[in-house]
Amino acid sequence: MKILKIVIVLLFGSILIYCTLDFPPWGDPRAPASLHVSPRYIEHTMEETSVPNIVTAVLADYRGYDTMFETIVIFTAAIACIFLLRVLRRREPERLMYRHIPTGLTLRIERGFGPPPDSKDFERIDLMWVPYDLIIKTGSRLIVPCSQIFALYVIAHGHHSPGGGFQGGVILGASIILFAISTNLRSSFTRMSEKLAVLLCGLGVFIYAGTGALCIFLGSNYLDYSALSLVLGVDTVTARSHGILMVETGVGISVMAVMVLLYYNLASAGRHDEGL
Amino acid sequence: MIWQIELIVLLIVLICGIGALAVKDLLGAAILFGAYSFMMCLLWAIMGAVDVAFTEASVGAGISTVLFVAAVFRTSRKTKD
Repeated sequence: MKILKIVIVLLFGSILIYCTLDFPPWGDPRAPASLHVSPRYIEHTMEETSVPNIVTAVLADYRGYDTMFETIVIFTAAIACIFLLRVLRRREPERLMYRHIPTGLTLRIERGFGPPPDSKDFERIDLMWVPYDLIIKTGSRLIVPCSQIFALYVIAHGHHSPGGGFQGGVILGASIILFAISTNLRSSFTRMSEKLAVLLCGLGVFIYAGTGALCIFLGSNYLDYSALSLVLGVDTVTARSHGILMVETGVGISVMAVMVLLYYNLASAGRHDEGL
Repeated sequence: MIWQIELIVLLIVLICGIGALAVKDLLGAAILFGAYSFMMCLLWAIMGAVDVAFTEASVGAGISTVLFVAAVFRTSRKTKD
């Protein structure tokens, strides 16, 4: 049976590699992909949208529908993850662990007994994973704000350099996940609660679809940003550039919230109390 | 671009891909998959697709490795096959 599997894999692999011989050579100007639409974009993107990065213009303007439904796919992934993993019934844990901060002692408190008196000296810690490292905490305190500023730069500067909503949103989500890893899941919930994440997740898709709908109300086609010139008070070319920024912001918000939600549900197995 | 660098990067991609499949420790497989994504990111950058390289670096090597590690943390670390 194992030999049969290897034979099948090798057979199909060699057929696939044989098929790549028919491909045009890499960078061939006469390849079918670079004959029809690519020259149109390369020649006209700058004068039609005033966006130097052609990839961003194609993604968010010429192929706006595609990117909108990519965002909706990511949104659906978060919803599916919540439906599959989230445990809504709260189960009180058998015992809780606390750390006495001045001495570093760990206290285990069985169920039925009260938690330590409400003072600043105790903090609750996880049963399985108990990191307390000054270097990690200080390091993440340094990295998190810098990476968040970088993420905002990536979103806002996507017109001129590589990047855009997806990448910036992922970096923004990664900074929140880094905060959750370096402290714990509960202190991350105080900054970015599940409700807020779900709300932002929908808000991003709403901003994208709403920008498209606004174009209809202004008397143009769906996602034709040149109609926004009536609202923004600029010419149609600059309006398309601003429209791209608006939808990229929506994509960034949505992707950030989705990444955080996926991490929350995976790391705590849907219970949202203890986790990595 | 210098073809020797491309060859080395391609070899590391192959080794990381096969290693991620062969390794029994799932945490190791997740880390190898992250290394695979970084090398793919280098390949995209060599081919001039900077946007794709950026996406691969942030999504493939960054977030998905973290999600794999979180999933391994909540399930088991060893695989049977």
